[in-house]
Amino acid sequence: MSPETSSVDTAEVAKFEAMAAEWWDPEGKFKPLHMMNPVRLDYIARQIAAEFGRDLKAPRPFEGLRLLDIGCGGGLLSEPMARLGAKVVGADAAERNIPVARVHAEAQDLPIDYRHTTAEALVAGGESFDVVLAMEIVEHVADPAAFVATCHALLSPGGLMIASTINRNAKSFMAAIVGAEWVMRWLPKGTHDWAKFITPEELTGMIARAGLDPVDRKGFVFNPVSWQWSISDRDLSVNYVAAGVRR
Amino acid sequence: MDKGGLAGLTGAMKRDADVIVVGGGLNGPALALALARAGLGVIVIDAQPAQARAEAAFDGRAYALAIASKRLLQAVGVWDRIAGGIQPILQIKASDGRPGEGPAPFFLQFDAAEIEEGPMGFMVEDGALYAALLAAMAETDGLTHIPGAEVVAQEVTETGASVTLKDGRVLTGALIAGCDGRRSGVAERAGIKRMGWDYGQTALVCAVEHDLPHDGTAHQFFMPSGPLAILPLTGNRSSIVWSERTETAAAIAALDDAEFLEVLRPRFGDFLGPIRLAGGRFRYPLNLTLAERYADRRIALVGDAAHGVHPIAGQGLNLGFRDVGALAEVLVDAKRRGEDIGAGDVLARYQDWRRFDATTLALGMDGVNRLFSNDNPVLRGARDLGMGVVGALPGLRRAFIRQAAGIAGTPPKLLRGLAL
Repeated sequence: MSPETSSVDTAEVAKFEAMAAEWWDPEGKFKPLHMMNPVRLDYIARQIAAEFGRDLKAPRPFEGLRLLDIGCGGGLLSEPMARLGAKVVGADAAERNIPVARVHAEAQDLPIDYRHTTAEALVAGGESFDVVLAMEIVEHVADPAAFVATCHALLSPGGLMIASTINRNAKSFMAAIVGAEWVMRWLPKGTHDWAKFITPEELTGMIARAGLDPVDRKGFVFNPVSWQWSISDRDLSVNYVAAGVRR
Repeated sequence: MDKGGLAGLTGAMKRDADVIVVGGGLNGPALALALARAGLGVIVIDAQPAQARAEAAFDGRAYALAIASKRLLQAVGVWDRIAGGIQPILQIKASDGRPGEGPAPFFLQFDAAEIEEGPMGFMVEDGALYAALLAAMAETDGLTHIPGAEVVAQEVTETGASVTLKDGRVLTGALIAGCDGRRSGVAERAGIKRMGWDYGQTALVCAVEHDLPHDGTAHQFFMPSGPLAILPLTGNRSSIVWSERTETAAAIAALDDAEFLEVLRPRFGDFLGPIRLAGGRFRYPLNLTLAERYADRRIALVGDAAHGVHPIAGQGLNLGFRDVGALAEVLVDAKRRGEDIGAGDVLARYQDWRRFDATTLALGMDGVNRLFSNDNPVLRGARDLGMGVVGALPGLRRAFIRQAAGIAGTPPKLLRGLAL
């Protein structure tokens, strides 16, 4: 879009660009998300490829898949999914995130449909998707079971939901609240309410009751020695992810 | 003209390639092959005209490839093309020598039988390796080779990278890989500073024919003026890397071939019988250069562009191939998870992976060279003792061999023979 034809206030655009830079600074405010992002993306990409029979070596392996990223923020998941060829809708209930994500995606030449909306509104609008991503969001919603049911409603038959969250136990309290918020200050204090954390059994139960077939569950594990995240088959004690398919 | 269209030149959808490789020597083509075989689009820009080097007769230059480097060449489809001209190194003998005194009492000997991976290294001639890389590039989809083209400018932005060629062409990608040697233009244009040391030494390189077989044995004589390596080539031929103080080397280089051989013979010894020159004679000043960083936004430096090391033990190319393996793996992983492969945090993974290894090795070789190039009697005693100790302890010897063979630590997948 050339400046002459733009209807957007240039001062506003500058502000959004600054906020986008903040979202996308690996050493900035969203550092914990950036550190975790490669393993989240690996999991998502491999799970989608397995479910839909796609080859990740192809240039745009997710061509033809319609994907919803709920709680898209600055677009840290939406952009990689669009790069892999998916037709992406990024939804965020926080209105200010939308122009921020949009400015960054436009600069990257990625056609992503960012919307200030909620999962419930998308259901009401009759939208449906092949893939619904609900990453690091279930622990923030008022009624997790209802939210998972909404995700189900957003899926086409054969569609895949991937949801990640934080387990509820003594270790996750130490890691996610004491470690990440109080000691490392990776996240602002009060980002997470431990009581709202969900155990893998609870999440799997919600997925099954919503009518989804729970197909996979993995842990995201941070190793403080190598300072890296990895995917674990067994250790779901703090961060973990679950996948369900609408049959 | 539509300004929006111009800005879009560096955008993701209109790129000429994923990666623009600047430098068509050995690391550049190896990196390009690794990336293209994994599905990335690559352009290789080479300042040199390609065919001349590939078609030239054997010029005397050869490399000692570590086992890990062999695996990388296998993984990128080059090894089979050179296998016929490879001489395996079955044994390495290192000794401390001083003209007129013969070898020191302690003598270090490494044998391929001590490690399960087979030969300790493989000698390959420069022209053969280059020709094989060239042929493999020509047959690889998604890879464009532009020889005889000079890069005159480069630009990196938030969203892409571009280079401008002397003929005015502009090529765009997600990042620029600088494989353009120790005077890397990519690093210079990116404002990446270098630090360096000069050894005051120069390597004299040539190949010789000899009457007696070498039995696959490589020799390294540590002389007071610098090391002399005799590395086995196919047939009754060996490659010589002879380091001398720069003034001495200049004087030796000025000699004609017959006089040169007269000076070489007493150092070389007579264990391979009479020797004759095979191919040309080359002279390389020895200096160490290290780039202050190996990666920047949309820039990655590989091989000598990142760390130009002393060619002692033939580690320069092996170190470069480890960079190639690491960078290719980082980029391919990033691409398959949908990341922007030129983003600063993606390329920082490459730097974090490689910098410690490369810097340690560069400085380590610097130390080894200084120790062995000194005629101080105390140091001479220390290194005689050191060699004896290393030679007496099998565990230490194995560790030493594995390190030299490039199979210690956590190497990139390609260097373990695994596909990306």
